[in-house]
Order: sequence, then C-alpha cells, then structure tokens
Amino acid sequence: MSEKISKETVSHVASLAKLELTDEQLPYFTDQLGSIMGIFDSLNDVDTSNVEPTFSVTDQINVMREDVADNWGQRDALLDNAPDVSDGLIRTPTIIDESGD
Amino acid sequence: MNFETTIGLEVHVELKTNSKIFSPSPVQYGVDPNLNTNVIDWGYPGVLPSTNKGVVKSGIMAALALHAEVEKHPHFDRKNYFYPDNPKAYQITQKDTPDAHDGWIEIEVDGKKKKIGIEEMHIEEDAGKNTHGNKFSYVDLNRQGTPLIEIVSKPDIASPDEAYAYLEALRERILFTGISDVKMEEGSMRVDVNVSIRPYGQKEFGTKVELKNLNSFNYVRKGLAYEEKRQQRVIMSGGEIQQETRRFDETTGKTILMRVKEGADDYRYFPEPDLPALDITDAWINEINDSMPEMPASRRQRYVNEFGLKDYDAMVLTQTKEMADFFDAMIKLGADPKMASNYLQVNVNAYLNDEQKDLSETEITPENLSTMIKLIEDGTISSKMAKKVFKGITEGKEPKKFVEDNGMVQLSDPAQLQPIIDEVLSNNPQSVEDFHNGKDRAIGFLVGQIMKQTRGKANPQVVNKLLMASINK
Amino acid sequence: MDYLGKDIFSIHESLVNGDITAEELTRQTIENAKKNDEDINAFVVFDEENAIKQAQEIDKAGIDPDNVLSGIPVAMKDNMLTKGVLTSAGSKMLSNFKPIIDGTAVAKMKEAGTINIGKTNMDEFAMGGSTETSFHGKTKNPWNLDKVPGGSSGGAAAAVAAGDVLVSLGSDTGGSIRQPASFNGIVGMKPTYGRVSRWGLIAFASSLDQIGPLTRTVKDNAVVLNAIAGKDEHDMTSSNKEVPDFTANIDKGVKGMKIALPKEYLGEGVDKDVQDAILAAADKYRELGATVEEVSLPNSKYGVAAYYIIAPSEASSNLQRFDGIRYGYRAQDAKNLEELYVKSRSQGFGDEVKRRIMVGTYSLSAGFFDAYFKKAAEVRTLIIDDFKNVFQDYDVILTPTAPTPAYSLKDEKDPITMYMNDILTIPVNMAGLPGMSVPAGFSDGLPIGMQLIGKPFDESTLYQAAYAFEQNTDFHKQDPKMGGAQ
Repeated sequence: MSEKISKETVSHVASLAKLELTDEQLPYFTDQLGSIMGIFDSLNDVDTSNVEPTFSVTDQINVMREDVADNWGQRDALLDNAPDVSDGLIRTPTIIDESGD
Repeated sequence: MNFETTIGLEVHVELKTNSKIFSPSPVQYGVDPNLNTNVIDWGYPGVLPSTNKGVVKSGIMAALALHAEVEKHPHFDRKNYFYPDNPKAYQITQKDTPDAHDGWIEIEVDGKKKKIGIEEMHIEEDAGKNTHGNKFSYVDLNRQGTPLIEIVSKPDIASPDEAYAYLEALRERILFTGISDVKMEEGSMRVDVNVSIRPYGQKEFGTKVELKNLNSFNYVRKGLAYEEKRQQRVIMSGGEIQQETRRFDETTGKTILMRVKEGADDYRYFPEPDLPALDITDAWINEINDSMPEMPASRRQRYVNEFGLKDYDAMVLTQTKEMADFFDAMIKLGADPKMASNYLQVNVNAYLNDEQKDLSETEITPENLSTMIKLIEDGTISSKMAKKVFKGITEGKEPKKFVEDNGMVQLSDPAQLQPIIDEVLSNNPQSVEDFHNGKDRAIGFLVGQIMKQTRGKANPQVVNKLLMASINK
Repeated sequence: MDYLGKDIFSIHESLVNGDITAEELTRQTIENAKKNDEDINAFVVFDEENAIKQAQEIDKAGIDPDNVLSGIPVAMKDNMLTKGVLTSAGSKMLSNFKPIIDGTAVAKMKEAGTINIGKTNMDEFAMGGSTETSFHGKTKNPWNLDKVPGGSSGGAAAAVAAGDVLVSLGSDTGGSIRQPASFNGIVGMKPTYGRVSRWGLIAFASSLDQIGPLTRTVKDNAVVLNAIAGKDEHDMTSSNKEVPDFTANIDKGVKGMKIALPKEYLGEGVDKDVQDAILAAADKYRELGATVEEVSLPNSKYGVAAYYIIAPSEASSNLQRFDGIRYGYRAQDAKNLEELYVKSRSQGFGDEVKRRIMVGTYSLSAGFFDAYFKKAAEVRTLIIDDFKNVFQDYDVILTPTAPTPAYSLKDEKDPITMYMNDILTIPVNMAGLPGMSVPAGFSDGLPIGMQLIGKPFDESTLYQAAYAFEQNTDFHKQDPKMGGAQ
C-alpha cells in the first residue's frame, strides 16, 4: 500500500476513467497521486480486523416502490438537450470496437 | 486421451414487470425510440434510482422455483464500464449479495436424471440498444432499466445435451412462475456459454472459452458440440486452448474466433450508495411461496397419477403455463380429465395454430369448454354437434345458450322418441321383416328414417335402444 | 436591497406591511447582488426574468402573513438542478446544461414562496474548499477580497455574507457548507444524512452529500430547513423520520445541556486564534448554564484519509455519466466513440476533478478494493462508533469548523494541504451527523466559525445551542468591509 504509484499505473487508471494525460501532465499527476496515496498509509495503523465496513449511513432499509408504470413524458425535452440526435435516437460517432457486453 | 467437458451457463431472463427496475418508466416493446425513457433512464445528472418491489418479488419467485436459498439482506452494487447503451456508465446489479444462491434443477438425458446446481442468481438492470451505421451509431434507451435476472449455473453440466436439457428445464420453471416470457427469439431469455475440457482425472478445469451468438437452445447444443471437438483437436495436436470469445456461425455450425481475452475486465464494483439495503423477511418469502404457481414437473406427475393421463398428454398440457392453468381450471369445474385433455390438445391447439394466437388472446374460457364437455357427457349434444359448439365458444358464445339458440339440443327423451319410432316401424314393414330375417343392415335404414324425422336431433344411443326394444317386441 | 443587519423576519414584516412589494424587493436584490458581484463573483448566473415573474405572481396572490418565506429572494448553489436555468456545477462539462427538472430542495423552496434569483459559484463538482476550481472564475471573500471564501459552497456563503441574499442553499460532502460559512461569518447547516432529499443534486459522493441552508442568523436557518426537510419518494435514502418545527425549541437556552469538547479537534494544526475562540465559546456556554467537558474522538484523525478514498471512489463512478453523449460538453473533433469519451472528459473536467477521479478509480480497481475502499469503510465504522460513545453522555459536540480563518487567494496550494483543511468537518459527513457552523470570533478581521455536531436527526438541539450562543454574542452583528487587505 505504501510504495509510490508509477507512471504506468497512472496511465492505466486514466485510461479506465477515459481521461487523456499529455506527456507533461503524466509526471505531474503521477507525483500528486503518489503523495495523495501517501496520506492513505495512516489507515494501516488502524486495526479493523473485527470491524464491519460502513458503505452508507442512511437510516432507511427496505425502501421499495410499487410496480406501477408511469411515463413522465420527458423524451422530447431530453432529446432537445442532447448534443446530437437523429430520428428520436441519440447519435454518437461510430463504435469501432464491437466487443461491449 | 479421453476428455471430460465442463459447461457453465449464464442465463439472463427479462422480467415482464409493469415498470423498470429503478425507474417508473413502462416496460414495453416495439414502441418509438426513447419513448419509454425519463431522466433516470438517461442517467441524468442529479437523479436517483428507486427499487421496484415487483422486481424483488420476481427475484424471490425465481429463487423458489429453482430451489435456491433467498438472500435475506441483499444490497445492490455498481458495475462500472463505459458504453453508449449504458447511460450512467455503471450498471446497477448485485455482486456481493446475489438475490439467491445454491439452487438446483433436475434434468433428464437419455432416461438418466441429474441435478444441476445453480451457483447464484441476481437481479440487475438491462442496457439500452445500440445500432450501428457507417459513420454513426445510434442509441435507443427504451430497454435501459428493464429488469433482468441472471442465473449462473455451477460447473455441473458435462455435455451439450445436458446443457440443452438444463435450458429447457430452466425455461419451463421460470415460465411457470409467470415472471417472464422466457423467449429466446424475442430476447427475453439470453444465454452466455462457457466451455472447457480436461483429460479425465485432471483436477484443474481447462481454459474456458466463451461462446456468443447462440440464439436458440439448438444452437447452444450445436455450438457446444462443435466447440468440444475443436478443443479436443487442439489439445490432441499438442496445442493449447486460449482464453477467448468465439462466435457461433448459424450457417456453418462452426465457432469462429472473435477476440482473445487479455486479463480480466476491471469493473470496479462497489456497493450502490443511492439505494438502501433490503431486508427480506421470512414472512414475505412464505407469502410468496404460498402463492407460487405449481411447477410443471409436479403438475405432470399429478395428471398421470390422479387423472390417468398418458405421459405424453401430460407433457403437451404443460408446454405453457396458460394451457396447464386452463386444464386445471377445467378439472376444477368438473370436466372429465381425459376429455378435457383431448379437447385442449386437439381442437384448442389446432385453433391456436390456425389463428396464430396465445390462449389468453382468444375467447375460449375454461367455463365454456367444461360446459361443452358436460353437454357431450350427458348426451345433450353429439360429438359431431360439439364441433359447431366449439366454433361458437371461439366466438365467445356460452355453449348451453348456443345449443338452444341453434336448436341443437339432442332428442333423448323416450316419451318423445317412441311415437316417432312406432310410426317409422309401421311405415316400413319390409325393413322390419328384413331385420327378422337376419339382415342387420335394415336397422341402419330404420335409424336413418328416425333421424330424418327428427332432423338429426335424435340421440343415436337412445334411438338404438328404443328401436331394438320395439322391433323385438 | 442590501441585507446586512437584516433577517427573514424583518423582511417578512416589510413585505406584509406593504413597505415593499416582492417585485421591488426582487429587483433591488438582484441589482445589489450584481453590483457586489463585480467584487466577489459569487454568482454564476442570475435568473432575473423568472425571479421577477415569480415575484409578480406572489404580489398578485398577496404575501402570506403566516409564511415568513413568502416572497423572500434566495440563491441556489450551481450543482442543484433548476429547470431551464444553467446548472453547471462549476464545470466546463456542464457549461451549456439547462436541466428539464427542478431538484426536490429547489422545488420545495419554490413551493414555500421563496424566489430564486440565481446560481452561486462553487468548486468544480463541489471538489474543493476554496471555490478556486470553478470554470466561472474564483469567488472572493467579502471580508477581505484577497482571501478565499472557502468552498465548495463559496459563492453561496459569500452571497449571504455580502448581503446579496438572506438565504442560499449549499451542499456539503466533507464540509462544503460549514467551512465557507465559517470563512464568511455566517450560519451554515449540514443536516443529518437523509434529512433533505438529494434528488436533483448533482452527485459528488452519494453516501456523504447533503443539502443545507446558509443564512445570516440561526433562526433563519431553522426556518429554511423546515421548508426543505422531509421524505422524498425520489430519494430512497431520504429519511421518513418526522420533521419537527426546528424553531419550536430554539429559544429554550442551554441550561443543563451537556456539551463535549473533543481534544483531538483543538490540537496541532489548528490556529491559536481559532483555538482561543472555541475555548471562549466553551466558557460562554458554561456561563449560560451548560456543562462543557473534554472528550476524545480518537479515530477522527483518520477521517481525512478515509474520506479521500471514499469520496473520490464514489465520485469516479458518479462522474462517469459525463461522457459527451446525452447532455453536456461534447468534444467536437472526435473520430470515433473512444475519442469522444476521452476528449470530452479530458477537455470538460478540470485538474482537481481529474485528480479525484483517478484516485477513486485506483481505489476501486481490481486488487485494491480491500486495501483502500473497504479499509476506509471499516475506518468509517470506527469514526461512527466514537461519536456514538460520546453521544451517550452528551447532547452536542463543540469544535472549530476549520483549522484556520480564510486563507489567501494567492497562495500556492498543494492538494494535500488543501485536503487537510477539511479535517474537522469530514468526520461529521462520514458519520452522517448534523453539523453546523456558527460565527464565534475574528482573527485579523476574518471570521472564525465554531462547529456544533449533533445526534442523528437532532438538528433541533443544534439550533437551540447555536441560538443561545448567537443571542449572547455579537459576532454575527459585524459586517464585511468588501475591501482588500491594507
């Protein structure tokens, strides 16, 4: 957990997040991310071996909506605000890699 | 070298709820692009999902149908990946706490029964749909948020035939819960297949190959059979199986390499913070269990054991839940099981085929069909007349009224028939004599005369009985 | 209209008496805010047209004498969806985004009769503590134009401090309401997680975000929380707990109240002036009849580390939807989908957002989840348990809101130093507790805020404690000079 993050890792993380880092940005961000990760080291001091994680602090449990259909009629307004549409469809540049799920 | 095959199936079943899993937009097919979408389905900034109780209930029903243990404290997780049909760039699914786990279903291949384990099943949202042009791609989000159940088998399936049987059994059980149409051709059932082989005795599983584009159970079986042989050839010739995705080609029946997998995808799962965890009570599970429709295997057993139907008939009646429910309803109304079975399999099925309709889309009701059968049984109408009555039933007519309105009531009352018989006998002395001289054909002529007099309404059985009594006097 | 020295109740009286109409009030409010904005840049956009139309309607219907909020001009943070009005979250990514719906808090404020005059500046996607990362330029602190207003609700706080409006709504993920309230000498409340619906709040970190009011006085704040709190069917994490009238017990005083003073919050890194102000506040409370005792919250010091894993992780996922496809900024020169994603996001997000997205992506990625995200969530449990222990014996916890008063706009800031500034506010979000900042002193002419932390859903007691302090001190009566340092 404590070793500094490498440029390769930062590049990989950026690509997972669909971000592009220029040659100047990469060392800059690598350095910063390294020091940010440095703060996290302090968590190693805490013994959490018998501690359940808390992912949410909502006091709600089992909140569900009845299965009733309701069309909010927002299609046109949504399409009007989209950057590029065609015949009621959202248009994007061609998807070259057709390997998505 | 001998090999054993290990097959894993991941089946996605689309649920036919009224609204989407995390938004109230209608679940509906074949509508205009993006018509059934709202800000939630678009992954609009600042909007939040809300869990559909109907989907959670369907998940529990599926779990019960597949003998799985229901998770009491499930939560949702986010699966992160970018794609235009995935508007939030994460799918809300269940990873840590699947809806249910450790289920099984029984299959039968070549007369041998086997239990196939189900690792886990979870509920999640479907993505929208992309279509591709030359320069552009297009996104329709109508399907986004349609509820899905993903059912993951244990690696218990050892042959393409077992895979086929598993899918059949799974489809049938889900169908009978009523939560999905489970139609491969309409995409409400989708199958992802993993297959590996290993020499007998080897402990570790072989390298998995994923098969895509398997659009029917038959293709699953064919694709697997091809893949089994291909992998054997590769290994026998000293090669190695790569972790790859292959596409089944429907025309050649072969599988074709799509891409080689390099390392696992990194979906960065984490618990969905926008949705509170669920607390599934035993009371709710019991309530759902009590209202669960009877599964097809159990119905078949009942039909054979209680009603004396043949295995084949029991199978035909349980092809769809609609048909089986219809049959059960007729029995409850007092119809004779064998006659009910016969009419459903012959007349009703022929009608459905001709009209290209589902039973629910027709006017035929269990009440009307049962009434008709009773009319046949008590001799009110003949089976010949029943054909007309059945046509009336398909037009929504009530059989008793239909029979009366069309003057179709069979004449069975001896008091009414006797004078007619007496008259016919006295008018045809020659035939009576012929009969006494041993010419049995003469009876046919006399019955014909009686039927003529009654314009075909006379009950043949009653006529026969009365005629024989009179002629032998 | 300049709201210095005024509150909702005094303006309400003028409206009811007919000294001024809602329309006049709105016009004058916008005029004054625009003038001030030449110095402080608190607003991203003014919605003059709708505001005046709404004011006219209220005048037509007549001011409701029983509703103190009727006709009161307010401002909304730029990450809260306002129908038809720019909602950019301080980002180039949404610099053209006009939502088709109002968020729940925005809608509730409208229903309550308030008039939204515009959107206030903020750190991009609420990631920052100085409002310096906004696409719309920096906001300045009205007390000293060379200082930051804090953040991320810096525009919201500066607008209230400068007398632009009496009320603004902000959002608080790690201190974003309380810290700017502290830097601007006003009252800021982060309610209990779930008290106010998040529907229509552009998410930063979903398990931490909460909307709350920034006001000039404690009672004004309670009145506004009354209007926006409550269960919302669109936000399943919003609480169905009954919403009390937060003003009901506000003047009951603190006699017999048990106040905890956690020693870890007054230690190293906290300015001497700030420490003194808090100790003085403790004395004031004793004087007013409360018991104040030192306690320990030993795990709070891990709050920053845990927070800067959890918040960026959630943010990395929440901000994935900004991909240039359905709304917002789309790069023009993309040849294929991958390029569209990468260019839109690389051009649309600023550096701080990118930093946090990358930290979050890393923390969640395969092989690191247990060591980072899960570990942080476990530490979160310990932080919560500390608070639970203290609240077994105490009603309220008293701490400084920020370690220092507002710092200079010019200073070179490295991310770590900036993150450490949130050390006193973050644990409150981690535990989902209500926390508020109340003016409690000055240091070289800059305000100091004290933080009051309460039990879950016990905002009432916080208001009660805050009101008692406010009514017995003069800090809230001082006004900013709107000038630079000498």
